[in-house]
Amino acid sequence: MEASNLKLSRRELLVMSAASATMMAMPAVAAAQSASAGRARPPVNAPVALRVNGHLHELELDTRSSLLDVLRERLQLGGTKKGCDHGQCGACTVLVNGRRINSCLTLAVMHQGDEITTIEGLGTPQRLHPLQAAFVRHDGYQCGYCTPGQICSAVGMLAEIEAGVPSHVSADLEARPLLSAAEIRERMSGNLCRCGAYANIVDAITDVAEGKA
Amino acid sequence: MKFDQPAQSNPIDQLKVVGRATDRIDGPLKTTGTAPYAYEQYQAAANPAYGYVVGAAIAKGRIVAMDAGEARHAPGVLAVITADNAGKLGKGSRNTAALLGGPEIQHYHQAIALVVAETLEQARAAAQLLRVDYARSPGAYDLAAVRDTATEPAEAMPDSRVGDFDGAYARAPVKLDASYSTPDQAHAMMEPHATLAAWEGDKLTVWTANQMIAWARTDLAETLGLPEDKLRVVSPYIGGGFGGKLFLRADVVLAALGARAIGRPVKVALSRPLMFNNTPHRPATLQRIRLGAEADGRLTAIAHESWSGDLRGGGPELAVQQTRLLYAGANRLTALRLAVLDLPEGNAMRAPGEAPGLMALEMAMDEMAEKLGLDPVAFRILNDTQVDPEKPERPFSQRRLADCLRSGAERFGWHARRSPGSRREGNWLIGLGVAAAFRNNLVMKSGARVRLDRHGILTVETDMTDIGTGSYTVIAQTAAEMLGLPLDKVVVRLGDSDFPVSAGSGGQWGANSATAGVYAACVRLRERVAERAGIPPAEASFADGQVRGGGGRGMTLAQAAAEGELVAEDSMEFGDLDKRYQQSTFGAHFVEVAVDYATAETRVRRMLAVCAAGRILNPKSARSQVIGAMTMGVGAALMEDLHIDKRQGFFVNHDLAGYEVPVHADIPAQEVVFLDETDPMSSPMKAKGVGELGICGVGAAVANAIYNATGMRVRDYPITLDKLLPGMPERAELG
Repeated sequence: MEASNLKLSRRELLVMSAASATMMAMPAVAAAQSASAGRARPPVNAPVALRVNGHLHELELDTRSSLLDVLRERLQLGGTKKGCDHGQCGACTVLVNGRRINSCLTLAVMHQGDEITTIEGLGTPQRLHPLQAAFVRHDGYQCGYCTPGQICSAVGMLAEIEAGVPSHVSADLEARPLLSAAEIRERMSGNLCRCGAYANIVDAITDVAEGKA
Repeated sequence: MKFDQPAQSNPIDQLKVVGRATDRIDGPLKTTGTAPYAYEQYQAAANPAYGYVVGAAIAKGRIVAMDAGEARHAPGVLAVITADNAGKLGKGSRNTAALLGGPEIQHYHQAIALVVAETLEQARAAAQLLRVDYARSPGAYDLAAVRDTATEPAEAMPDSRVGDFDGAYARAPVKLDASYSTPDQAHAMMEPHATLAAWEGDKLTVWTANQMIAWARTDLAETLGLPEDKLRVVSPYIGGGFGGKLFLRADVVLAALGARAIGRPVKVALSRPLMFNNTPHRPATLQRIRLGAEADGRLTAIAHESWSGDLRGGGPELAVQQTRLLYAGANRLTALRLAVLDLPEGNAMRAPGEAPGLMALEMAMDEMAEKLGLDPVAFRILNDTQVDPEKPERPFSQRRLADCLRSGAERFGWHARRSPGSRREGNWLIGLGVAAAFRNNLVMKSGARVRLDRHGILTVETDMTDIGTGSYTVIAQTAAEMLGLPLDKVVVRLGDSDFPVSAGSGGQWGANSATAGVYAACVRLRERVAERAGIPPAEASFADGQVRGGGGRGMTLAQAAAEGELVAEDSMEFGDLDKRYQQSTFGAHFVEVAVDYATAETRVRRMLAVCAAGRILNPKSARSQVIGAMTMGVGAALMEDLHIDKRQGFFVNHDLAGYEVPVHADIPAQEVVFLDETDPMSSPMKAKGVGELGICGVGAAVANAIYNATGMRVRDYPITLDKLLPGMPERAELG
């Protein structure tokens, strides 16, 4: 799709969206639709290149695909979990160019050329990442479904502390944030664990952050 | 093998592997994302199509017309399954509502269609194109409004009466009569219900997320009208259950129907917003408790009544069951009343009965202690009993509730507790609370098969599931102990209906029952190995990877299996020891909270659980079970609440943003102590359950701590700040 097709003001876009959900910015596709099947348009595909765990994948993707669904269904990287698909649970957390992100809340086509690290890229059962090993040692999981998200989130979170990014519980926004339990809890609160392994997860992360692992 | 006499000394007592804090053997797979859950069974079936479930938009009534034409013709769509084209479906006895609704609708978001397409995106988009016209019927959605129509659920639990409650209560010098309420709650396990279904001729395999493999197979057979031997159910990894995956759900049935319709494997996951109204929940309760005591604190009269609702044909929340056993007292009454509600199906959630029941009873005990001028710990110990209060000739197999309370009080610094509303640190009012934990120990027949190969590797196969409970590891520990092997020589394969039927995961019966089944199979295998080694089985000992007889004769287990794999299968069946002895697990929860004096925000600062639950097979995973349950208990006390739209009849906050569960920031350091205990009445393992004990009483301990902090008694869970604010002490009163 040409960029020129998208030259609509935000206001125009809202007006059009309100009037009809069909025509927006997709003239070629809309013209091909039957009148009665107004919403049943064929998928719009786009080429996207993603570098996932060091491997380049050149894909033709349905533009509606979330990064999460591409990882799980196209690349069959099942370690990234779908807990809610709405950015409410954190189970789908991956690292995009080193920063943690809910992969369910981002479309794959937005990640052309991005460097994506999933749980499979951190370590393997034979060669665990220090955080993976610490989660095992501290029993920082039970059912295991939120675990990849917790671990990816912890990697990103420790990098944020390292970079001096403050949080809601940081007393001083200018000072280097502490590696305290309160900071870790606050910063990990986007990753739900219904089994309730929180106390063990904080212990595991603390171990690694303090270099014990 | 039959377990009908108290356990004697046996190989488990060596405790070389069992009883030691052990990292989970499935840990490296789970932490690297390589443990395949139901939707990730990429190896099982190539090129599956995707199903998307559509739920009913009304709570009660009928589908008048459904137009699926547009959806059927949408790009990529392969089939649309509805009640119209699904063929005749049965219903398993464990399901209350039909798993595919239409034309009759029994509850909101009851599944009415599955749209199957080449991709998930296509199926989801096409699902929006279904046009459904409904005719609504009036329904009942408000428990309080239909309370008076509730009847005695005589089959589930009839009223119990001992002595003369009315007379004793009337005569008691100190009395409490208080009402409590607990809300509807959601399991909200992290993995949505999900299934991959594949047919091979007339045989169907489903890779799904289910706690009870054999139940799922039976109920799927019933629903599809197929013989069980045509069905295989596989659930090696399950992303949490808490009771929400005890039963067959719509994802399984619809994936099977979809796959049959298109002649190709189909996978289906319930979307998160569908789960809360489509699947069962823990029902709300209204409870009334009356306690009568002598001036010295001895209870003479105990009555506990509870009202709950469910769909017609459903069951009650058994919120009074612990009250029949927890405290002494000669005159007793318990009663359940069940009303018909047209909300989604109510059913078991972690510690069904006790979890909401103790939220009320243990708050009532706190209130009664105050009326009596007694310390809440001392009051509970004073009313302890070593026998079933309804049948004094029937003792508890083990009962160390008083030990739990005493040692917990000492460890937690209970003596620092002050009168309500009198301890303050800056903006925070500080309070301590206690509650007893109680949950019965259930035992279930459980089978296993064990194989010893020529490399000396022992493989255990059972349809037992691991829903995060640590089954893989305690089963490996049991087998290793029995055969004298190190843990890394044991392979455990779970969750497959091709394996012997086990206890499954529910009611905290799993660990003890399933390991007892493995024990039984290992006893048989030991006999085979001894025979192969030419050693009389009674003389054989197993240690260090070897079998040895008297006089040092022996061989390695690998040598014993050199001529061919040795296989043994057995199950453990339980006799009447649980009838002769009341088997229960006990604990004491201690909680410290801080409540902001201005906003009434509650923060939990410290938690301790002391548990007496028989032999602890793996202290590491058992502790995790308890801290996890404590966390869920905090949720129940402070935030979890399915809000009902009483006009439209559905749970409004049906996602993980609206239904709040505890997050990292809500949970402090948690301490768990297991009293050293073995229970020879429970099984040869001498173990009992802990997975549900941990949640029992937590909510009340938090509530009692809030009362101690603020002087405000909120009897309507969850205790959110809006309920506390009106009664919070004025700044001036705080001094």
